[in-house]
Amino acid sequence: MPYQHVPFKQTGTLVLGNRLLAPEQRTVQADQRRTNALSVGHRACQGCGEALGARYVLDAAMRASDGQMVVANATGCLEVFSTPYPESSWRIAWMHSLFGNAPAVATGIAAALKAKGRTDVRVVGQGGDGGTVDIGMGCLSGMFERGDDVLYVCYDNEAYMNTGVQRSGATPPAARTATTEAVGPEPGNVFGTGKDVPRIAMAHDVPYVATATVADLRDLEAKVERAMTLHGPRYLHVLVPCPLGWGTASSQTIEIARLAVESGLFPVFEAEHGEVTSVLPIRQQVAVEDYLRPQKRYAHLFGDPVRTDVIARLQEIADRNIARYGLLKDAS
Amino acid sequence: MLQQVEGSQAVAETVAACRPEVICAYPISPQTHIVEALSRLVKSGELTNCEYVTVESEFAAMSVAIGASATGARAYTATASQGLLYMAEALFNASGLGLPIVMTVANRAIGAPINIWNDHSDAMSMRDSGWLQLYAEDNQEAADLHVQAFRIAESLSLPVMVCMDGFVLTHAVERVDLPEQDAVDAFLPAYEPRQVLDPAEPYSIGAMVGPEAFTEVRYLAHLRQLDALTAIPEVADDFSRRFGRTSGGLVRPYRLDDAETVVVALGSVLGTIKDTVDQLRDDGERIGVLGITTFRPFPAEAVRKALRDATRVVVVDRALAAGMGGVVGADVRVALAEESMRVYDVVAGLGGRPITKASLHTMLRAAVTDTLPPLSFLDLDTNVVEEQRHPAGRRPDRP
Repeated sequence: MPYQHVPFKQTGTLVLGNRLLAPEQRTVQADQRRTNALSVGHRACQGCGEALGARYVLDAAMRASDGQMVVANATGCLEVFSTPYPESSWRIAWMHSLFGNAPAVATGIAAALKAKGRTDVRVVGQGGDGGTVDIGMGCLSGMFERGDDVLYVCYDNEAYMNTGVQRSGATPPAARTATTEAVGPEPGNVFGTGKDVPRIAMAHDVPYVATATVADLRDLEAKVERAMTLHGPRYLHVLVPCPLGWGTASSQTIEIARLAVESGLFPVFEAEHGEVTSVLPIRQQVAVEDYLRPQKRYAHLFGDPVRTDVIARLQEIADRNIARYGLLKDAS
Repeated sequence: MLQQVEGSQAVAETVAACRPEVICAYPISPQTHIVEALSRLVKSGELTNCEYVTVESEFAAMSVAIGASATGARAYTATASQGLLYMAEALFNASGLGLPIVMTVANRAIGAPINIWNDHSDAMSMRDSGWLQLYAEDNQEAADLHVQAFRIAESLSLPVMVCMDGFVLTHAVERVDLPEQDAVDAFLPAYEPRQVLDPAEPYSIGAMVGPEAFTEVRYLAHLRQLDALTAIPEVADDFSRRFGRTSGGLVRPYRLDDAETVVVALGSVLGTIKDTVDQLRDDGERIGVLGITTFRPFPAEAVRKALRDATRVVVVDRALAAGMGGVVGADVRVALAEESMRVYDVVAGLGGRPITKASLHTMLRAAVTDTLPPLSFLDLDTNVVEEQRHPAGRRPDRP
């Protein structure tokens, strides 16, 4: 992409702190030559975590690949809000095919580039949690085990938001969705075993797996940059709160993502070839209750009586994450 | 080069001569020998600049082909039966996106009940997927159609299915003149995509289209299919000039002059039908055959022209639209809507049941005397049907 002037007002709050850093340490978003891969004017809701996450991920990947990048996108909010014909918010080579095949389309792109000797062009696949952990799981696993040279990014907002907030395999226990309503003796989603796709990716021994959230955008950029230094299948799982589906204010997206991390419910870590190599420690631990209470999807837990039993089970999940990844510095 | 070769091997070597850049493969009988042979050609280095991707499903196979084709690579895959159904969603996507993927369909029945043998149920179920469908009569044509398919697909930006009868053709060893590399190179120019995923010129491919333009998009898809009715015979003519034999095209008439009765069919059964028709001709019947090579787009005008002087038309259908009748027969009736001849639909050879000359002879004898019902099933065992409909001990009227 050619140089594109970005007005100062668009460059975001990170730019101020960045002035104190050496140029190479400054964020991608603070760089006026950033791609603006997902440009303004798209139709995402206010406070959409996915739009924010995708912009940071793709701009970082574009800088890391020197603008030589192609993206395959699954069906979902990200595709719908960005490309209502004849408009497109993408300033990158971008393709949408189907809901469940983004990893395979990315494989096809990578195979074509390899056959043509275009080793300079990198491939990114992306989708929401429905497109990734549910309907796209087979294609994703195939992409992993074959060793295809693709960075796949899942923007996880923990339900099928595009179709009206139905449960997905990434929906957490007790959460209310349109298909796990807050009615009956056990309201909300079931307490299943969950589908931990970062760990499933690690079980494929792929070169790089990382989790991140939109609460720490510099960490997100750094993980994309790290992923882009590697080849082969890489997986990035980004927690992106959805104000509509989670029942939070548009202004709370970052705060809720931070509480997910600080409570231990969403562990942020990196892994290479199946082994955890770094974790983002919890800076100030909060009870899961503090994460649940602001979200209307958990409102049924805080009625009369308060479902302390359910909240305790969710706390157990957080505690297990904390122990598994050593998220509390003191605990280890 | 003339060779005594298995149909699958002939197709694989011909596809290789078309220099595909990405081949995706997921095994299903009776397609396996094709992708196995291509795997050997890539692995041994005989086919270069080609990525061979073994995928985890047919849905992934078509999806990989979609990504590769959108990146400007010549993409190929092969499947059959359940596999074709499993990639159904991606089939419609490939045609909607105008990606010139070429795919062999080794025609096989679809279940339940599971059945690995030949009929046309698979391809017929995808007749409205937006893919062009070409049907090979023998292995020579199966090989030749692939060379033509890439050129047709790329000139129209539409995907093409080359349908060849599973086992009957894929596993049959016969003499095939394999297209030579130089001749294929001269016939098939390098793929120049109209729109490609390229960072230097970033397009958004696959946007969402709402009610304000969706009808127009679909209408344009229809027009491109109709364009194929001109392109396919042109490509076949050019092929004939360069390779010195006739393959492809829209329809293939056989002994139609003065024919009162015309048998219409697709695929390898045409050989048996022609032999039977020759016998009936010897007996003095005025009978001929119309082979349909291009089923999608349906060459309605060519079919009408070929059949307009007939008194009766017998369509031999290798697939059944349950609750309706023959699939090809329905389209033939539409093509003949303005004509007055009788049309008989004969569903035959389902799930690999052989279509014998004896059975065809008996059926056509009934046809020429107009004693054939409008829809019939060749060699139907009525005893089995009755037993299943009214199992012993559960007959409602048994005293």
